[in-house]
Amino acid sequence: MNIKKIFSKKKRYEGYIYILPWLIGFLLLQLYPFISSIYYSFTDYHIASAPHWVGLQNYIKLFTTDTEFLNSLKVTFLFALYTVPGKLILSLAVAVFLNRSIKGINYIRTVFYLPSLFGGSVAIALLWKLMFMDTGVINQILKIFSLPSVQWLGDPKVSLFTISLLEIWQFGSSMVMFLAALKQVPSSVMEAAYIDGAGKIRAFFSVTVPYITSIIFFNLIMQTINALQNFTSAFVITKGGPLKSTYLLGLKLYNEGFAYYKMGYASAISWVIFAIIMVITLIFFKTSSSWVFYEDEK
Amino acid sequence: MNYSKKRFGLILSYFIIFIIGIFMVYPIIWMFFATFKSNNEIFGSLKLLPNHFSLDSYIKGWKSVGDTTYTNYFINTFLLVVPTTLFTICSSSFVAYGFARFKFPGKKIMFSILIATLMLPNAVVIIPRYVLFNQFHWIDSYLPFYVPALLSCYPFFVFMMVQFIRGLPTELDESAYIDGCGSFRIFCSILMPLMKPALFSAGLFQFMWTYNDYFNPLIFINSVTKYPISLALRMTMDGESVVQWNVIMAMAFLAVIPLMVLFFSAQKYFVDGIATTGLKD
Repeated sequence: MNIKKIFSKKKRYEGYIYILPWLIGFLLLQLYPFISSIYYSFTDYHIASAPHWVGLQNYIKLFTTDTEFLNSLKVTFLFALYTVPGKLILSLAVAVFLNRSIKGINYIRTVFYLPSLFGGSVAIALLWKLMFMDTGVINQILKIFSLPSVQWLGDPKVSLFTISLLEIWQFGSSMVMFLAALKQVPSSVMEAAYIDGAGKIRAFFSVTVPYITSIIFFNLIMQTINALQNFTSAFVITKGGPLKSTYLLGLKLYNEGFAYYKMGYASAISWVIFAIIMVITLIFFKTSSSWVFYEDEK
Repeated sequence: MNYSKKRFGLILSYFIIFIIGIFMVYPIIWMFFATFKSNNEIFGSLKLLPNHFSLDSYIKGWKSVGDTTYTNYFINTFLLVVPTTLFTICSSSFVAYGFARFKFPGKKIMFSILIATLMLPNAVVIIPRYVLFNQFHWIDSYLPFYVPALLSCYPFFVFMMVQFIRGLPTELDESAYIDGCGSFRIFCSILMPLMKPALFSAGLFQFMWTYNDYFNPLIFINSVTKYPISLALRMTMDGESVVQWNVIMAMAFLAVIPLMVLFFSAQKYFVDGIATTGLKD
């Protein structure tokens, strides 16, 4: 008998042993929590007392009387609206520029990646808080150019923008992804476009962009999911203030669940977050067929 | 004419990149010098360089409040992050081997489930997980970090390694099998050495994520003696009535050093990791 056949036949069931850790982890730490959080969201579960079924009450309360939650929804959407396109456009633009033979490209890439390395940490959140204080270094710099100082963290109209800036600052990791994708665009196709008389801008939008739409698409989804769950920066820098102007859904979830231990109510919030993510992802996927191109497609 | 125009464009682009680059690194450089300044100097002076280099803030900050010092916090951080990272690499590669090299009933469905969990937001599972770990009496220990790592609850890494193993020729396994190797020996002595780049990338990212993570330590760790750096930094700021920013910046800067060292010594794996698998923050 063929060696390949013996090999594949004999090994069949051993595979279960290898995936066993994942299977246990999935059932215990992903599927079970997933299902029980649906259940909790229909109860008045508090960490100290057993859950009682309350039907849709949590959800009704969220969307009718809990103005704090409705505000959080708005703030979170705005946050995603600032950061996701901001990051995407900046990372793509810089990647396109860097996609040529430049001396010291490795150093440049390093410098641009650096903020992604620790931008999400408490250490950098504290740095941001200090730099953007009323008397902080940013306002001092504005003063040199005789620009008026801004209440970066004190003005409810500006605070969310300041938090978003920290997120956009970390565009380096998507830039590295785009840079790798741009390397895959065959130069022959670009040359053909130039020969056909396309200008640089035209060639970019008609040739380069279609080649990297799948990476753009992937970035769009992952960044949106991350933006909707952001927590650390707003929690450390502004604690959600001033006037709840940076009170993201992540903070609301944390406070209800882990400050007041209202597990049922917090679960309802987490399901709203999940539903929003599902809807947005679904919209992206539905519309993707019209703008995302895969190379193996004809 | 054309030549000089082209040259002008190039210089302009370099200039723009240079400006953006300054925005990227200026905060970090400013942070470094702020650690040597006095509190007044941070707010009062625009100069980047401190008037004189003083290590006071480092000495003051390191002592922290109470009996626990930053020595404890750093040890705690590594006790939390290093095992979590190692467990993640081991379990993910082990599971990935099962998915990539074996045929068994239900594999397709289970692999689809694995892919689906890539999209599962942490927010949805965190509350029942907390309740579960609370019942196990795991709160205020590092088990809520170790156990999910051991049970390969990070589908990103499993998926990435499955892709990597699929790229390795099966002839290697077959010849080892003929020589009498069992499947576990094949995994350990044939595939593991070849998987080094993937293991390294996964390890780096898991290290970085766990090290930077604030939300999970915040809910799972209660006692100050077990605090990792992220919690300690926040406490240092909240602990005083008049915030001593030079002290906080000194400790914050120390907190980012391990990541910088790691990044500069293993840059290639970071870049390859992002470029090939789409891993990101």
